[in-house]
Amino acid sequence: MEQLTFETMIAVFEEIFGRTLFWAMVAAAVIVTLLYIYVLIRDRAMSMRKFLVAQLSMPIGAVAAVIFVQRMTNSNLRDIGGPIDVVVLLGVAAMGAVGAAILVYTAQSLFRGKSAI
Amino acid sequence: MENFDKIKASRRAFFGLAAGGLATAAAVRPAQAQAVQTSARIVMIGAGAAGTALINRLVERLEGADITILDPSAEHLYQPGLSLVAAGLKPASYTQSQTAEWLPSGITLIPEAAAAIDPITKTVDTTSGQSLPYDFLVVAPGLVLDHDAIEGFSLDMVGTNGIGALYAGPQYAAKTWEAASRFTEEGGVGIFTRPATEMKCAGAPLKHTFLIEDIATRTAGAGKHEMHYAANNNSLFGVPIVSEKVRMLFEDRGITPHYSHVLKAVDAGRKLATFETPDGDTEMAYDYLHVIPPQRAPDVIRQSGLSWADKWTDQGWVEVDQQTLRHLRYPDIFALGDVAGVPKGKTAASVKWQVPVVEDHLVAAITGEDGTEVYNGYTSCPLITRVGRAMLVEFDYNNNLTPSFPGVIAPLEELWISWLMKEVALKATYNAMLRGKA
Repeated sequence: MEQLTFETMIAVFEEIFGRTLFWAMVAAAVIVTLLYIYVLIRDRAMSMRKFLVAQLSMPIGAVAAVIFVQRMTNSNLRDIGGPIDVVVLLGVAAMGAVGAAILVYTAQSLFRGKSAI
Repeated sequence: MENFDKIKASRRAFFGLAAGGLATAAAVRPAQAQAVQTSARIVMIGAGAAGTALINRLVERLEGADITILDPSAEHLYQPGLSLVAAGLKPASYTQSQTAEWLPSGITLIPEAAAAIDPITKTVDTTSGQSLPYDFLVVAPGLVLDHDAIEGFSLDMVGTNGIGALYAGPQYAAKTWEAASRFTEEGGVGIFTRPATEMKCAGAPLKHTFLIEDIATRTAGAGKHEMHYAANNNSLFGVPIVSEKVRMLFEDRGITPHYSHVLKAVDAGRKLATFETPDGDTEMAYDYLHVIPPQRAPDVIRQSGLSWADKWTDQGWVEVDQQTLRHLRYPDIFALGDVAGVPKGKTAASVKWQVPVVEDHLVAAITGEDGTEVYNGYTSCPLITRVGRAMLVEFDYNNNLTPSFPGVIAPLEELWISWLMKEVALKATYNAMLRGKA
C-alpha cells in the first residue's frame, strides 16, 4: 500500500460491498450504536439482567461472524497459517461478539422498555 | 452492583456530542493541490488499468488540457481476477466492466486503436485514419498474446481436449476451468507452462498450478494426479529467494519442476506437448495442459521506432528510463504498464506505483519543471498457494523483498490474510486505483 489514507480505506470498502450496501451498513452500525447510547442515557443505568442475556449472545455472534467471513472468502479454518491469521480470526470473532451483544442489549431495552431493568 | 448511577449524561449533551462528531468528520477533508492551467494536447494510447488510472489523476491536476484517450475495447478487464475465474472461484463477469464507465468527463474517448505513431511530427494516426497531434503522448496499450507462436494451438481448443489458457480473457479463463475441473475430477497428468518472453504477472502460472493441485487433491483425493511445471529457464520465479521458496513448496506438494522447458507445439489429438529444451525438443503426454503464449508489444509500437533496439528485440517493449518511465529518445513520450520496457513490472501493482511517477513528470514537464518522483520497480504478487492461502510477495528491480507490512505479514509465509487481500481487498484497491484514488 502506498497511500493508506482514510479516504483510500473508504474507497476500498465502497468497492468491496458496493457504495449503497457499505453506507447502509455504516448507517446501521451508527444507528445501533446511537440507540445503545440512547437507552443507556434514557435508563440512566445499565441493566445487569439485559447485559447477561447480551453476554450469552456473544459466542453466537463470534461464531456467526467467523462463518460469515469464511463463507464470503472461500476459506476454511485450515487456512490459518501464521500469528497474524490468528489475530485476524480473533478480531473477526471479537467484532461479531461485541456487535451481537450491543444489538441484543439495545433490542431488549427498546422492546421491553425501562421497566424490565 | 446493579446500577451505574454515576453516569449523569443528559440527552442534550449526547445529541450535542453526536452533532459535533459529524461536523468534525465533514470538515476534515484533504486539501486539493491547485490545478495547473494549460492548453497542452495530451494523447493517451490505451484505457486499461494504466491509462484509466492516469487520466483520472490528470483531470484533477490539469485545467484546460485537451486530453484524448484511444482504446478499441468497449470492455475493461480486471485481469488479476482471471486466475480466480480459471479455478472456478469467480464467474467470468467478475473481471468485466465497461471501459467508458471508468473514464472522467471532459476528455475525448476515441474507440479505436492507434495505427501509427510518428514521434518526430508528434502525431498519432487512428485505425480509421484520424490524425491526432500531441504535445505529450502516454503509451499504454498493454501487450499482445502471441498464440500463433505455439504450433498446433488455437484459441478455439481452449476448454476441450484438456487445454486451458487463462490469459486469453474472461471467456477463455472460464473455459480453462471447464477443462481443469474435468482434470481435477478424473485425475491424470497435468502440465503447466510459461513462455520464455517477458510476461504479465509471472506469478500467475504458479498460482494456476497451485490452485489446480489443491482443488484436484480435495476433489479426487491424493495420488490420482501427476503434476508438472515447465519453467522457461533455470528458476521458478524471477526473484531468487521466492524461486527457492516455490521449489520447496513444489517438493512438498508433489509438483515436479522441469527447468528450461519452453512450450513449442501442441498435438491436441494425441494429447502431446512438445518442449524446446537445451538438449533438443522433448515430448510430454498430458491430460491437462495450461498454455501461456509468448507476449510482445503491439505491432504499432514496434513499427513506430519506440522500442529498445538492443534489448528484448523479439518483444519490442518501449525504450524508457527505468526510474521515470520517460522515453529515452523522445522526452515528450511516456510508457506505462505492460508495454514499458522495464524489467519485471507487468502487473496492476506495478501500474499503481508507476502512475503517480508519470503523473508527476508529465505535470512538471507542462509547467517547465523537473519531476521528482521515482519508480523503483516495485511490484507485488499475492502468490496463491491454495484456495484460502497466499504469500504476499513484494519486490523491486534489485530482487529485494519490499514487504509493506514487515513483521506482520511475512512475505514468504503462506497466510490466510494474504488470501483475503487477493480475494476481497485487491479488486477494491484496483477499482480505487482506476478512479485515481489509490
